[in-house]
Amino acid sequence: MANELLFFMEVLVGGLLAGTMYSLVALGFVLIFKASATFNFSQGAMVFFSVLAFCGFMQDFNIPFVLAFILAAFLMVVVGLCTERLVLRPLMNASEDTVLMATIGLGYVLEGLAQAAWGVEVRRLDLGIGDFPVPWIADNLKLFISALDITAGLVAAIMIIGLFLLFKYTKIGLGLRAVADDAGAASSIGIPLKHIMLLVWSAAGVVALVAGMMWGARAGVQFALVDLALKALPVLIIGGFSSIPGAIIGGLIIGAVEKILEVYIGPFFGGAIEGWAPYVLAIFFLLYRPEGLFGEKIIRRV
Amino acid sequence: MKPVFMTYTKKDLINLAVCMVLSVLIIPTFIKTEYWYTSILIPWLCLALATIGQQIVMGYTGQLALGAAGFMAAGAFAMFNLILRVPDLGFVGSLIVSGLIAAAFGILFGLPSLKVRGIYLMVATLASQFFIIWMIDKFGWFKNYDSSGIITAQDIVILGKPFTTPLAMYFVCLAVTTILTLLAMNMARGSTGRNWMAVRDMDIAAESMGVSLLRTKVQAFAISAFYCGVAGALFAFCYLKSLEPVAFDIKLSFKILFMCILGGLGTINGAFIGAAFILLFPVLLNAIGNNVFHGAIDATIISSIEQVIFGLLMIIFMIYEPLGMAKLWENLKQSIRSKLSSSGIKGIKSPVLKK
Repeated sequence: MANELLFFMEVLVGGLLAGTMYSLVALGFVLIFKASATFNFSQGAMVFFSVLAFCGFMQDFNIPFVLAFILAAFLMVVVGLCTERLVLRPLMNASEDTVLMATIGLGYVLEGLAQAAWGVEVRRLDLGIGDFPVPWIADNLKLFISALDITAGLVAAIMIIGLFLLFKYTKIGLGLRAVADDAGAASSIGIPLKHIMLLVWSAAGVVALVAGMMWGARAGVQFALVDLALKALPVLIIGGFSSIPGAIIGGLIIGAVEKILEVYIGPFFGGAIEGWAPYVLAIFFLLYRPEGLFGEKIIRRV
Repeated sequence: MKPVFMTYTKKDLINLAVCMVLSVLIIPTFIKTEYWYTSILIPWLCLALATIGQQIVMGYTGQLALGAAGFMAAGAFAMFNLILRVPDLGFVGSLIVSGLIAAAFGILFGLPSLKVRGIYLMVATLASQFFIIWMIDKFGWFKNYDSSGIITAQDIVILGKPFTTPLAMYFVCLAVTTILTLLAMNMARGSTGRNWMAVRDMDIAAESMGVSLLRTKVQAFAISAFYCGVAGALFAFCYLKSLEPVAFDIKLSFKILFMCILGGLGTINGAFIGAAFILLFPVLLNAIGNNVFHGAIDATIISSIEQVIFGLLMIIFMIYEPLGMAKLWENLKQSIRSKLSSSGIKGIKSPVLKK
């Protein structure tokens, strides 16, 4: 009995920590959605692009870790700048669906560029953190929890606290919230819309880089990351598109539920239900609470 | 309701006659290389048919769906099982029934569209994509307990005659595509299509005018999935000649989405233009890579460049012409016409639809 409980706990904790990885991807979506009501479908491609560039800097040019990180982050700022200039500004008054389609196109561009520049083979990324159970926890609590999962959880927590403080207590954060509320009114009282957008896209780019590093260390830096990042979509639906805590809670729910379902119900169906379970969960959420747990209620005016 | 086949104009009949002469007489007499049939014309027809399915739900009804390949897989595997287990049904019968089976999935996964739209709906339809592929993959019955993972498709036999040469398969695809395209045009122009477009343009207004949202949306999803199912069956039996769930992954769904959007939302001919472009452009790029650069550029780089160009085109079209290539074609015709009739009023442009 105790063993079963322990096993359940292990599955749960593993799922929750894996869920923080989804949260990290979802966080990038939320940042952009919050500030510009734009749904950035290319966030997954940004994850892939940034971490592949990071790997490329480190492995092809032998640039040290920290410098490579700074270079990759800088690259993401450039991507953000180009996106703001070339994609979003011309589509300022277009409908949501049109902008969404354009970001799908942007995702294709980023995936293509990344592969053209750095090749298509799977790269290993070693962060110096092993993807194996931490001995101390295994000995004392009898739980087998991967060190990488814990790191991802910690990194996610730090980023969330940082972003939360930024949004809540700084002048920039106030500007961000004003732009999100009403871009026209915000710009008429002198909030520099361009800078705000650039800032948001850069922040989303850096978040993508961090998420990519965590995923890359686990699954290898490869194209499949884009598909993994798609799972951030059900996370957003559960958490709500405009809520940073929502992205976290949503990620935790998805991570935990998919692991528990996989372990306890999966064997009856031949396994691999992780692939679709999050989406079906999202459908149920859509039917009962379309705005998500923390999202703002969707109001459409006729 | 208008009687069927009343929505065609004289111009349509002329267009149809031209297309038929071109595809039935001219192409088979002048194109003899098998490559053209097996690698270009057959997949073009199949994918154009699937794109029409995507058009119905996305272009006409305005519901952002991203799961066409899932429905195609449902159609393809339904076809395989029907021919295997119910041989009496025949090829055409099986094709229709597999379309209906795909339509049943379409109804099931289209239901969320009643509550949500936009990106939310996209996520809900992604569920269909992943679920259908998983289901086929995990339950051996669908694959007749074949362990190799790739099943050879049965030969096409219609009324006792085998259709196994590329040319014969081309005609099978052509016949099915023509019939379904005519039907789609008819639906789009009749009351069904007007309901779809009313829902697309403003669903609340449509509802208050007596258009049933439930009926219209579910109908659109069902018909769309039917088209995708039939297209998937043809795709597997005439083009791939094998059945494997991996062939219908999310990449194919994205490809069909691109065909639909670049071709031109809310147009039937856009489906054909878009499918032709997405299929032929990589062929062209490869040809340039081989002939101009003599293979100096790696094949993976070429496919990456192709991806970048598709993405860029998507962005450019969204910014400058959200109605896609079909609209460009329309504009071209318009400008030629106005140049020809110089006595007519100059400078009149067709009304620009902004969505």
